Amino acid sequence: MIAAESARMLNTFSRPECIKQVDYHYCPGCCHGIIHNLVGQVIDELEIAEKTVGVAPVGCAVLACDYFNLDFVQAAHGRAPAVATGLKRTRPDNVIFTYQGDGDLAAIGCGEIVNAAARGERITTVFVNNGIYGMTGGQMAPTTLSTQVTSTSPQGRDTLRAGMPIRVSEMLATLDGAAYIARVAVNSPKNIIKARSAIREAFLNQIEGSGFSLVEVLSTCPINWGMEPLEAMKWVEQHMIPFYPLAIFKNNGRQSRDT
Amino acid sequence: MAEVKLMKGNEAIAEAAVRSGCRAYFGYPITPQNEVIEYMARRMPEVNGVCLQAESEIAAINMVFGAAAAGDRAMTSSSGPGISLKQEGISYLAAGELPCVIVNIQRAGPGLGGITPAQADYFQATKGGGHGDYHTVVLAPASVQEAFEMTVRAFDLADQYRIPVLILGDGAVGQMMEKVELRSFQRRMIPKPWAATGRHGRQTNNIVKTLYLKPEELEDHNNKLQAKYREITSKEADWEACYTEDADLVLVAYGIMARIAQSAMNIAREQGHKVGMIRPKTLWPFPITPFKNATKNTKGFLVLELSAGQMVEDVLLAVEHKKPVSFFGRTGGMIPTTKEVLDKSLSTMGQKGERLK
Repeated sequence: MIAAESARMLNTFSRPECIKQVDYHYCPGCCHGIIHNLVGQVIDELEIAEKTVGVAPVGCAVLACDYFNLDFVQAAHGRAPAVATGLKRTRPDNVIFTYQGDGDLAAIGCGEIVNAAARGERITTVFVNNGIYGMTGGQMAPTTLSTQVTSTSPQGRDTLRAGMPIRVSEMLATLDGAAYIARVAVNSPKNIIKARSAIREAFLNQIEGSGFSLVEVLSTCPINWGMEPLEAMKWVEQHMIPFYPLAIFKNNGRQSRDT
Repeated sequence: MAEVKLMKGNEAIAEAAVRSGCRAYFGYPITPQNEVIEYMARRMPEVNGVCLQAESEIAAINMVFGAAAAGDRAMTSSSGPGISLKQEGISYLAAGELPCVIVNIQRAGPGLGGITPAQADYFQATKGGGHGDYHTVVLAPASVQEAFEMTVRAFDLADQYRIPVLILGDGAVGQMMEKVELRSFQRRMIPKPWAATGRHGRQTNNIVKTLYLKPEELEDHNNKLQAKYREITSKEADWEACYTEDADLVLVAYGIMARIAQSAMNIAREQGHKVGMIRPKTLWPFPITPFKNATKNTKGFLVLELSAGQMVEDVLLAVEHKKPVSFFGRTGGMIPTTKEVLDKSLSTMGQKGERLK
């Protein structure tokens, strides 16, 4: 009994099968590892690895294609939803997901994500929001909070000049083509479990053909935020979640499954 | 029995794409190429293909990137301003070695310019256009029939060399209606084991990538691309040469300008003037051979373009300054008459080989 229990425990902490046994290059305390694992667990659970193609962004997660044992395509900055559209329209039976950061998705790729959602593209987007451009050294993003200090807002984001941050999930949820939109966080075990469930739901919405699905994951960047990892997790709780409330904004698939 | 139709060049390109097995077309409206997307919107559903009107030319080229990465024959079309927007995507397609066809039905620039025919995107098409060391094959049709033929060839070349192929037409070739024989042909579909189709039982995962953070690897990748470009340069240059063996003056023109040049050449010949013509059908690779051959006997070349002079630079390189090279062009969407070209040809000959500047 105890042995079986510990085997399950071991299994819980092993890598998903669709993720390779290689070291991540991500910085200490970065949440990409957690989020990759959640995506991998869902793909394993739904048994879709053979027919899943991922689209990597420009940013830290461009190297996701080195970690997932899935067919992968690197897109140009912000263009992942358009690339995913081409992959999905020509292979409708495949499962296509994009994995994008907030600079990639909410700034340079705003047009692509809005229109992919509006068309109801049957793709799933995992949108990692840590409020800054990570790979280039922590510059201000559309999602940077008011007064937040970054390398291009050294006095803190001045909303009179830079505007207020974009709430991507709320914006996309207004579009009829969006079938599933949720915001989650990975700052606590409880939230991580909820994040996994949202990612699962987003993939299910695609598989069932109900429309575009996106999970916004509030994440950290301890290095560029200049914080210890735990301090960064607290910052998510104290500053990000109050502005970016965690919620399921839309779930057409669930509605159709329930009725 | 051959199927003969009266079609616009834009429509012939679209029909040739469908017959070539293209099942993924992504476009955005811009004059003078709207017939391509409109034709595809009607035609693609008949063959279970995809025609998607994208939110921008940038999105359209990246949809092509996705469809090509999945191994499908994919195409987009546009005109100057839209092709400029696609340059980012074209660089990525070249880097990722993704086969696809990109149609530019040129209009006059720069900027928003106008909607009438021009050939001012030659530099952009043949010298790279986007960032990094890369080339795309560039085919230049001069008739509606050739628009059909070159589209068929474009898909084959794209697959064979894993390279984006540009069809550099112009507003005249795209818009004019001519008889076109929709001849039957054998599709040269080849396996694409590199495509990101989903593993579906494959042991290793396929990655379509353009990022190489290690300089050694990126140089290897560049060397591989350059080797491919050298192979294409040596094998795929194509041209048409008329009366170049005895010509005192060789006209050089492509696309719609070559049609005008041909008329001028015929009149000149009737009048007893030894005028010949070279018409590059591939602009990249640029055909060097006919120039080497013609340089021996001719007294000079006259390059004719609907631009301020772009292809003329490639002609100068091909001729290696061994003979005088003159230039005549119109810009802004103005098209010279046959008489203008004839007069220019005769006055150039009258100068006994002195270079015009």
